[in-house]
Amino acid sequence: MGNIETSLLNIGYLETLSYQQTPLQRLDPRVKLLTTLVFIIAVVSFGKYEITGLIPFVIYPVALIAVGDLPPAYLARKILLAAPFAFFIGIFNPLLDRTILVHLGPVAISGGWVSFASIMLRFCLTVSAALILIAATGLNAVCLALDKLGAPRAFVMQLLFLYRYIFVLTDEALRLVRARALRSFQGRGLGLKVFSFMIGQLLLRTLARARRIHLAMLSRGFAGRIHLLRPLHLGGRDVLFLLGWSTLFVLLRWYNIPHLLGNLAAELIG
Amino acid sequence: MSHHLVEVKDLQYRYPDGTAALNGISFLLTHGEAAAIIGANGAGKSTLLLHLNGCLMPQTGEVRIGGLPLNKDTLAHVRRTVGMVFQDPDDQLFMPIVYDDVAFGPLNLGLPPAEVDQLVNASLATVGASHLKDRPPYRLSGGEKRAVAIAAVLAMSPDILVMDEPSAALDPKTRRQLIELLHTFKHTRIIATHDLDLVLDLCSRTIILKDGRVAADGPTLEILQNQELLDSCNLEKPLCLQGCPVCGAKSGAIV
Ligand SMILES: Nc1ncnc2c1ncn2[C@@H]1O[C@H](COP(=O)(O)OP(=O)(O)OP(=O)(O)O)[C@@H](O)[C@H]1O
Ligand SMILES: [Mg+2]
Repeated sequence: MGNIETSLLNIGYLETLSYQQTPLQRLDPRVKLLTTLVFIIAVVSFGKYEITGLIPFVIYPVALIAVGDLPPAYLARKILLAAPFAFFIGIFNPLLDRTILVHLGPVAISGGWVSFASIMLRFCLTVSAALILIAATGLNAVCLALDKLGAPRAFVMQLLFLYRYIFVLTDEALRLVRARALRSFQGRGLGLKVFSFMIGQLLLRTLARARRIHLAMLSRGFAGRIHLLRPLHLGGRDVLFLLGWSTLFVLLRWYNIPHLLGNLAAELIG
Repeated sequence: MSHHLVEVKDLQYRYPDGTAALNGISFLLTHGEAAAIIGANGAGKSTLLLHLNGCLMPQTGEVRIGGLPLNKDTLAHVRRTVGMVFQDPDDQLFMPIVYDDVAFGPLNLGLPPAEVDQLVNASLATVGASHLKDRPPYRLSGGEKRAVAIAAVLAMSPDILVMDEPSAALDPKTRRQLIELLHTFKHTRIIATHDLDLVLDLCSRTIILKDGRVAADGPTLEILQNQELLDSCNLEKPLCLQGCPVCGAKSGAIV
């Protein structure tokens, strides 16, 4: 129980990080959003057996974590929390795809395992980029950036509320889990039946609370848009950030640097 | 100053599941008046308050704020005039840090940033929460959350303040501070509460709700001393109006 509590409640911490004053946090949200998108597209667009080409992309999250003073262990835990999804998407590949692709000495590795590894690697890269975007920007600012960049208003609103309600949902789930744990003894009351009641309860409670929150927002003049005090301002550093990283991603996507280096080394030796 | 008037005429409300929460409520509050809405659990207090700033729309009857009837056209104006402090501060605070949360309302009103900044600082100072400015709201204590929620409403400079159980979950000292704070306000104040000692301290007028109807409406002292009335509405005399349990002396020295 303690584990769920700490891991879920700590989503809010991600937002808090965006208030640190480092060069990363000070960048214009639009620039960070676009760079993240380019990064994700570049990573996702690789072929399904690609591994070596993906590895240099690690530099982006690593650099941002360093500059933005973000806690790597915390981010890693958040990635682990979502990892099961990617795991189940990828885990059937080794069963379905048994053509041998690589020989590492005596060990033969099938295409399935390679693509599984590729999926997990891509998952880690994209999720960490997304988490870093939020930790460096805050979701409200990300939504503002989406809005400014011309994303449909309805979509931005959905995102804003979805995010807001994740907190509500985890909060309510936590209370339910705790209430049950306090009144269950020797495994009684922990069965599947109670669990299904709890899911129903969770939904109703979350809806009721979501409604109250929405009312509270309306009461304070909310009209479909979150305003932020810090004005958006596109400076030279912002443009440099966007162009610099994007160019790097495109290069890394087109030229497989580890391969090139390998070939170069082979040529030099040979 | 007619814009501080609150008038409710024969208000009825039935929740979608069929619960009749309000069955014809009428009253008129004038400028600067502090009124308490009391009554048993489920009497309809919260439902009534939700009508005062248009979170719920009257199904029958009418709500008039500052002379204007509450309807779709006047909604924005009414919400600006009536500041609502919700029962659960967690429902109200949702921005990542306190400062932004308090700024949320004024920014929605379209005020310029410099003015917003000033308003935010002033309202945080009013509730004694300036030091919480950069903290995330979800990490505050219950009393601190309440203070910030009130500041968030004050920052919109409402003429009328509506509060649902403001003293619930406050420790005695924080509660005392809240009462002192509410004393200093010049707004028309409407407070739904179970804290009858707070009512006695703060509100000159009391409205008792029972089963969605007004069971009594009048000067607080008169109503809170009417034992029969209180009994019939599941209420109890506030402690300071009860006899002293130790010496048996009747205390009535409150005016
Ligand atoms: N969302 C809802 N749907 C259906 N019925 C509701 C809903 N909210 C409240 N009620 C019902 O309406 C009646 C009045 O509720 P209300 O919340 O106004 O009471 P209250 O006086 O604020 O009580 P408390 O002192 O416990 O806060 C109750 O019978 C309650 O069960
Ligand atoms: Mg209530």
